[in-house]
Amino acid sequence: MNWLESLLRSMPDLQPLWLTFRLAGLTTCILLVIGIPLSYWLAYTPNRFKPVLETLVSMPLVLPPSVLGFYLLLAFSPQNAFGHWLEIALGWKLVFSFPGLVLGSVIFSLPFMVHPLQSGLQNLPMSLIEASRTLGKSDLYSLFRVLLPNCRSALLSGIVLSFAHTVGEFGVVLMIGGNIPGLTKVASIAIYDEVESLNYPAAHFYAMILFVISFAILLLVYINNKRMLKML
Amino acid sequence: MINIKLQKRLHSANGPIQLDVNIDIQRGDLVSLFGVSGAGKTTLLRMLAGLTVPDSGSLIVDGVTWFDSRKKICLSPQQREIGFVFQDYALFPNLSVRANVAYAVTTQQAVWIDQLLAMTGLTELQDRLPGILSGGQKQRVTLARALARKPKLLLLDEPLSALDADMRAQLQDELASLHHQSGLTTILVSHDMGEVFKLAQQVHVIEQGTVTQSGSPAEVFLQQRVAGQLNLRAQVLAIRREEVVFVLSLLVGQDIVEIIASQDEVEGLKTGDTISISTKAFSPLIFK
Repeated sequence: MNWLESLLRSMPDLQPLWLTFRLAGLTTCILLVIGIPLSYWLAYTPNRFKPVLETLVSMPLVLPPSVLGFYLLLAFSPQNAFGHWLEIALGWKLVFSFPGLVLGSVIFSLPFMVHPLQSGLQNLPMSLIEASRTLGKSDLYSLFRVLLPNCRSALLSGIVLSFAHTVGEFGVVLMIGGNIPGLTKVASIAIYDEVESLNYPAAHFYAMILFVISFAILLLVYINNKRMLKML
Repeated sequence: MINIKLQKRLHSANGPIQLDVNIDIQRGDLVSLFGVSGAGKTTLLRMLAGLTVPDSGSLIVDGVTWFDSRKKICLSPQQREIGFVFQDYALFPNLSVRANVAYAVTTQQAVWIDQLLAMTGLTELQDRLPGILSGGQKQRVTLARALARKPKLLLLDEPLSALDADMRAQLQDELASLHHQSGLTTILVSHDMGEVFKLAQQVHVIEQGTVTQSGSPAEVFLQQRVAGQLNLRAQVLAIRREEVVFVLSLLVGQDIVEIIASQDEVEGLKTGDTISISTKAFSPLIFK
């Protein structure tokens, strides 16, 4: 237990962990706000461009995170027209900043919120929303009173998986966030950083906490509902 | 008075058919749309509810235009004063029986909801979730829910087809008395001749998307059958030879009967076939 002793002697900085959970929490909240209308639209639209949007939403599942991070870095860079406009018009500086990380994470974790929700909604019988319509209620009312309460497990798995996936992200964060302590240095990057400077006890500390938390989250999902992960 | 002139092209299992219906329905009547499945009955009902948009035509209910393709009017289901009873009940699983029934109305109408629950015999069950109810109970909840908004038009899509014979007969009686009490214009989609005969004042037979016969159930169903013969449809369950004759075991409705048949009659017959048996109807024994 050599590493444990040295760990206790020099407790590593807790800031990366705090930052990680703040990022994951904020990302999950934003994803809920975006994900519910988006998955509702995808579940019910007859629009022929639906496959295009579905593909875009799913891209982060197959794309290397560094590719996504690289293009976000280019887009947000003040040297580019879009990044310049963001900075001038809205005062947003997204490269190497916490808001930039949040935006990157939202895009990166989007399928983890949208997929379970979309399939949850599609699995509900169409007659539920039709019955609500014949009873004089708007589709928005039906969504919150009938549809979402009846796909609670999908909603829960969307929330849990988005959170867990954001906790675990590395490539996107490194590309657009860099490694600024207290600002963009999240736990996954801190591990990499500590390993590079051969500080294994600190790396162990972060890695073990992430391991335990990820395990606990997934265990919760499986105990709660075995079907949840199949929805992805 | 409901004036229905609606057209829509449908894609049925037997290829495309043109639904073209032109009927009038008197206020307060219980009217049945009768026909085999795939004839377009449910689509017609959905078009009345605004759940399916017709290709062309018009729909006028008590002087109010609900749909007119030329004037580009199409009221949403929310704007039409209807109650719709779905074949699969479509109860909201997350809401209690009471909350389901009260879904369409404001909280001030608690007395009316109490009345409805009492009328449909659901008072005891009002706090249960729909998932644990029996089929007949579920159907009562959907009926009460559809009536809660005090609609002008009650639309029933094969409401009793998923129930067993006893429950069906009981609910038919309840439906009849409910219609009698409320005086609501009701349209019932059904493929059960007995049900239509028992409940409806008017029946429209729909075949391949068009109305082929209209009138009272007696006029429509008894027209060609007053030949003094009792006709029954039966399914062959078993054929067995006994000495020189054959014994057929038949399923007639929910009853199993055995009849004697000659070799000629049995020829070409196999188990599972649906056959028609007829007998003189002049002096049957009648029991109640």
